[in-house]
Amino acid sequence: MLTKRIIPCLDVLNGRVVKGTRFKQLQEAGDPAELAKRYDEQGADEVVFLDIGASPEGREAMYGVVERTAKQLSVPLTVGGGIRSLQHIERMLRSGADKVAINTAAVEEPELVRAAAQRFGNQCIVVAIDAKLVGPKKWEVYIYGARRPTGLDALQWARRVEELGAGEILLTSIDADGTRAGYDLELTRAVAEAVDLPVIASGGAGNPQHIYEVLTEGKADAALAAGIFHFGLYTIQDVKRYLHERGVPVRL
Amino acid sequence: MVKVAILNYGVGNLHSIRQGLERVGARVVITDEPEEIERADALVLPGVGTLRGAIERLSDKRGAIWKAAFEDKPLLGICLGLQLLFDRSEEGNSKGLGLMRGEVVRLPRGLKVPHMGWNYLRVKRSHPIVRDVPSGSYVYFMHSYYVHPEDRDAVVATTSYGPEFPSVVASGSIVGVQFHPERSGEPGMRTLRNFVEMVGSA
Repeated sequence: MLTKRIIPCLDVLNGRVVKGTRFKQLQEAGDPAELAKRYDEQGADEVVFLDIGASPEGREAMYGVVERTAKQLSVPLTVGGGIRSLQHIERMLRSGADKVAINTAAVEEPELVRAAAQRFGNQCIVVAIDAKLVGPKKWEVYIYGARRPTGLDALQWARRVEELGAGEILLTSIDADGTRAGYDLELTRAVAEAVDLPVIASGGAGNPQHIYEVLTEGKADAALAAGIFHFGLYTIQDVKRYLHERGVPVRL
Repeated sequence: MVKVAILNYGVGNLHSIRQGLERVGARVVITDEPEEIERADALVLPGVGTLRGAIERLSDKRGAIWKAAFEDKPLLGICLGLQLLFDRSEEGNSKGLGLMRGEVVRLPRGLKVPHMGWNYLRVKRSHPIVRDVPSGSYVYFMHSYYVHPEDRDAVVATTSYGPEFPSVVASGSIVGVQFHPERSGEPGMRTLRNFVEMVGSA
């Protein structure tokens, strides 16, 4: 049976991990390769790096970080943030990323998703969607680090990226992100039911119960979390044991 | 020290598989030169890229690969690399290398595809490639197609996702795994070690 995945996310700025909520204040917290390895040892099913600066210098640093991390990791590594071209994707994969997440560029140039899936295989192309509640059961896609609205409906956009050849969706609720009050279950479930792609839920994890909820009620295939792991509130093992005791299949 | 050639036929992460093989004691070369293939003790067809791209880039290396297989050089296909070993694939209706009889088919509609994440093996028969990799071992999958060997004895282990599909196959000196051993924690490393040991004793 396919297990549900627990994925710690590391925000990286100029080659260093920073803590803080994804869209707000930051403090530096160490070497991405070291932290990724620690999470791997704790039982993380995958690791995600998000380049939150996404400047050209930051990206150069990221290639090096990915190369060092890939050497030590025994689970897959996904890298996102500022990925805008086939060249970026190619260099990221060659540096040792197993998958690449595309967000803003996918909206601005949807053909990039198609071209990337055809060239590199759809299994390694993740489309990241940042969505914000704008009405009853209606969510709008935002880009540029959740700063710019696009007018796109999140469910329609999810179906569109599936057609374009994405292999997975990384879905972040802008409303829930950083609150530690739980994932947006309605949004997650709506997207998971709209597509036949695996959906990684992100934004709002504050405790193991939130993760349980998004994997069951929210119908997510994987749960991504940052803060609760970075600040040592819970270990990945804590979360997995909690899920296992409640009948959610996990890799222990 | 055994020398393993990883065939370079697609863009993707080849670091991890190289690293994995080196960690279990192999000398590794990443190449698409027929001469390098001849010089190596074993070949790995990695799980990166796309079927169409791989077939195009392999077109002038078929001879070298067939020769290696004919000489019973150990050959490991990973994910897409496993699928390439077969006669034909539903993906783009393409022809494979024909080193194993059978075809490659898509996972059924209605499932979330790709099959992405950790799932476990059911070992069906003993084989050096699954030594100390017991049933129930979790390994990492990322694929939309699976292999359907004509010879059911080739199936060493299976995994369930919708259908129960072959996740480890072996026939003579050829072995293939549908999962990514280089990204599958301890059981994955064990599989790579088993392959390198097979090469050493070949």
